[in-house]
Amino acid sequence: MQVPLTINGEKQTSENRNLVFALAGNANVGKSVLFNHLTGSSQIIGNWPGKTIERAQGILEFEGKKIIVVDLPGIYSFSTFSMEEIVSREYIALEHPDVVINVVDAAILERNLFFTIQLMEMEVPLILCLNQLDAAKKKGITIDLKKLEHLLGIPVVPTVAIRGEGIYELTKKAVEMARGKGSKKPKPVIYGSEIEEKIQKLSSLVQQKKIASQYPARWVAVKLLENDPEIKKLLSSSSQEIVHESDVVAEEIFQIHKEQAFTVIASERYALASKIAIETQKQAIVKPTLSDKLEWVTTHRIFGYVTSAGVIAGLLLWTFTIGNILSTLLSDGLKIISPVNPALNGSILGVLWNGVFGGVVAGITLIIPYVIPFYLMLSMIEDSGILTRVAFMMDSAMHKIGLHGKALIPLILGFGCNVPAIRSCRIMETKRERLLAAFAITFAPCAARTILILGLVAAFLGPVWALALYAMDIVIIFIMGRVALKVVPGQSTGLIMEMHSFKVPSLSVIGKQTWVRTKSLIYIVFPIYIAGSALIQVLYAFGVLGPVSNTISPLTVGWLGLPVIAGILLILGIVRKEFILLGAVAIFGSTNLLLFLTPVQLITLSLVGILYLPCLSTISVLAKDFGWKAAAKISLANLATAIIAGGLAFRILSLLM
Amino acid sequence: MMPSKTLEDYLKALSILASNGKTVSTTEISRHFKIAPASVTEMLQKLAEKGYINYSPYHGSTLTPKGLQIAEKVTRKHRLLEKFLYDVLRIGKDHIHKQACEMEHALSDEAEESLCRLMNHPDKCPDDNKTIPACDLLFSSCEECIVTHNKGLEEVGKREQHLVSISDLKEGKQGKISFVRGEHKTLQRLLDMGLTPGTCVKVLRVAPLSGPTEIGVRGSKIALGQDIASNVFIEVSQENRVG
Repeated sequence: MQVPLTINGEKQTSENRNLVFALAGNANVGKSVLFNHLTGSSQIIGNWPGKTIERAQGILEFEGKKIIVVDLPGIYSFSTFSMEEIVSREYIALEHPDVVINVVDAAILERNLFFTIQLMEMEVPLILCLNQLDAAKKKGITIDLKKLEHLLGIPVVPTVAIRGEGIYELTKKAVEMARGKGSKKPKPVIYGSEIEEKIQKLSSLVQQKKIASQYPARWVAVKLLENDPEIKKLLSSSSQEIVHESDVVAEEIFQIHKEQAFTVIASERYALASKIAIETQKQAIVKPTLSDKLEWVTTHRIFGYVTSAGVIAGLLLWTFTIGNILSTLLSDGLKIISPVNPALNGSILGVLWNGVFGGVVAGITLIIPYVIPFYLMLSMIEDSGILTRVAFMMDSAMHKIGLHGKALIPLILGFGCNVPAIRSCRIMETKRERLLAAFAITFAPCAARTILILGLVAAFLGPVWALALYAMDIVIIFIMGRVALKVVPGQSTGLIMEMHSFKVPSLSVIGKQTWVRTKSLIYIVFPIYIAGSALIQVLYAFGVLGPVSNTISPLTVGWLGLPVIAGILLILGIVRKEFILLGAVAIFGSTNLLLFLTPVQLITLSLVGILYLPCLSTISVLAKDFGWKAAAKISLANLATAIIAGGLAFRILSLLM
Repeated sequence: MMPSKTLEDYLKALSILASNGKTVSTTEISRHFKIAPASVTEMLQKLAEKGYINYSPYHGSTLTPKGLQIAEKVTRKHRLLEKFLYDVLRIGKDHIHKQACEMEHALSDEAEESLCRLMNHPDKCPDDNKTIPACDLLFSSCEECIVTHNKGLEEVGKREQHLVSISDLKEGKQGKISFVRGEHKTLQRLLDMGLTPGTCVKVLRVAPLSGPTEIGVRGSKIALGQDIASNVFIEVSQENRVG
């Protein structure tokens, strides 16, 4: 039995049930833009039950009725290459959406139809949304809609989602289909006669055995021939015979075609997609578009690196500049309400309250000035397609740390905040790569670390030293990445990445993306900030931190050349890195830290502060995604790096300065 | 007629020196083997007579399809042997090249295929990380070889065409996908992206520093990392072939 879909806590009865539309399609076909148009602002970003894959869900109001719209992840096939693919097909088969809207990029019709064919095979009520028609037109492609409709046997609606064109017609068609007007099932996909015969044989066997599966019998038969591990596992519990039979049949196909059944089936699907595409589209000769020229520059053997470096540097520079302006404004504003610095004495309740308040303030002063502008710019870069080119150019460098170009995206995300960056490591193919990427991210100079560099070093020693620290941090990411590769050996997956066309970023998508990222940050970071900062301040007020700081003084004073008080600062900084800065100001009772710390100490403290432990929020998200053991190991590796790098920096800088 | 060691060495040298299809001068060959140009010329004339190379005095030599086939086969055996000596026998990197040079001429085709399967279809040779050429059996993936092996390889046809790894192609070249080496997941993903056997692909851009290759396939553009691109073999279209 399926639990009925609930939204906003409303339970739905079967007679007065809301309609459910699912959006499915390849990555970057404009699904998110369409989704935003359909649902407006009423969106919920949720996880798939039991799995860490996000899905967006929203409500569409059409002629007084509520319709639930589900945005499935962008995928290329229903094979078992990624979790997204398995989850999407399970959703379609098990949750029975009333209509599946297949969003297709009109400029890449053939490749997109390959997925359409697989949706047709799922025997679901299907509508083809032929999107980005304007972009196709620019490339000289025109498509015969009537013919496409006829060949596929499903309604085809042309749209330009970014301008809202065709959305009404699409919704109308989908509602009509859901209410049972017109044909509900797409045309069956017929394979070549040898394969077709085998599919029918297996499919009738599946029907005979009355296997309790939500999937259509024919689809199960095809998947068996494709040697799909998930489906085989599902069936082997109920009928070993069918699984055996499918192996025999697959072997027969191999004998005839001299190619394995899964290859033959993929080839036949593509042959069909190609045939439909050729029959329905016309290609005129056009001049190279602006996109082609941009492509040339961004992947050029010299200019490509220049643009890549420019994109990353520009992103950081933008964050610094905007962050600095906004944070000054904001902390001035907040100072009116209450002191922002940690309170280190007074009544317990007062200290506790101050801690809580400090946590809230810290969260706000981190997120509003630094994180949001960063995410806005990052989403824009992502949406425009430039980031794909940066990943293309940086692939060989990323290979040196056992990752491929795509890992650059979470790593850059980590420059904003490590927490969502670690979560986004899901785009990597294997668990080992996700772990390696997450490890590298824990060293990435996030917004909080940036505040530390700006506050401790840039403010007193000038921007050159701040930049040097930044560069140092990037070198450390690279070195530690190499070390991690030695510790976690294994085969790396290669890069297979679609190079999407450049496009003008959509404001609604950027806004949504920024909000989704910021929101996940708020949920994870705020509670830990608040609780942690209250706890640490109480511990300090009780005088617990002083003795601890004295105990670790051989390390802090002897090896790192810092004052004893640094022990307390570093403990405060576990919750949030800026506490090192704020704590120093509170303890010394002055904002001019140069009176109490030498330049070498400032740099060492800042370097150790950046590296020594991931903040509590990062540790908790590491534990959530990779387990406590991995989180502990990563934290210890960070600590060791900080001790080594800090000690070396102290000694080398003492000679220089 | 079994090709002799000298013949194979010459053809192999020509294929290495003629990377990207350029004509190789007699001086280059004489420098490569450290022998007098006169003896090289004599050998080249003999090879041309037998139809392995196109030779014209003062211009230099290029391999004919027949010669190329032998050269690729020897290169494949050489690199497989290097891999075997290094990975299985654990012989030092400095010693494997010389030994492989000796052994490659004596290795039978049967032993070559067994070595390939034994080492789980390796893709790179250990000393200079060069791609091991694809085998000449008519398979479109290594999995087919594994499945067929139990029944013997005798029935499997031989490939007539010369295959080139995508990573060895220059920008603008195109051809048909013939063979993909690699594990099942990669193969499946490539199929899903439209790289089915026989599909026409075009190399659009090659990133420097052994970075990815961008290819055009079925109207879309896909970047393949070097390690994947080097395992996708295509039959280069004739009109594009240089030399």
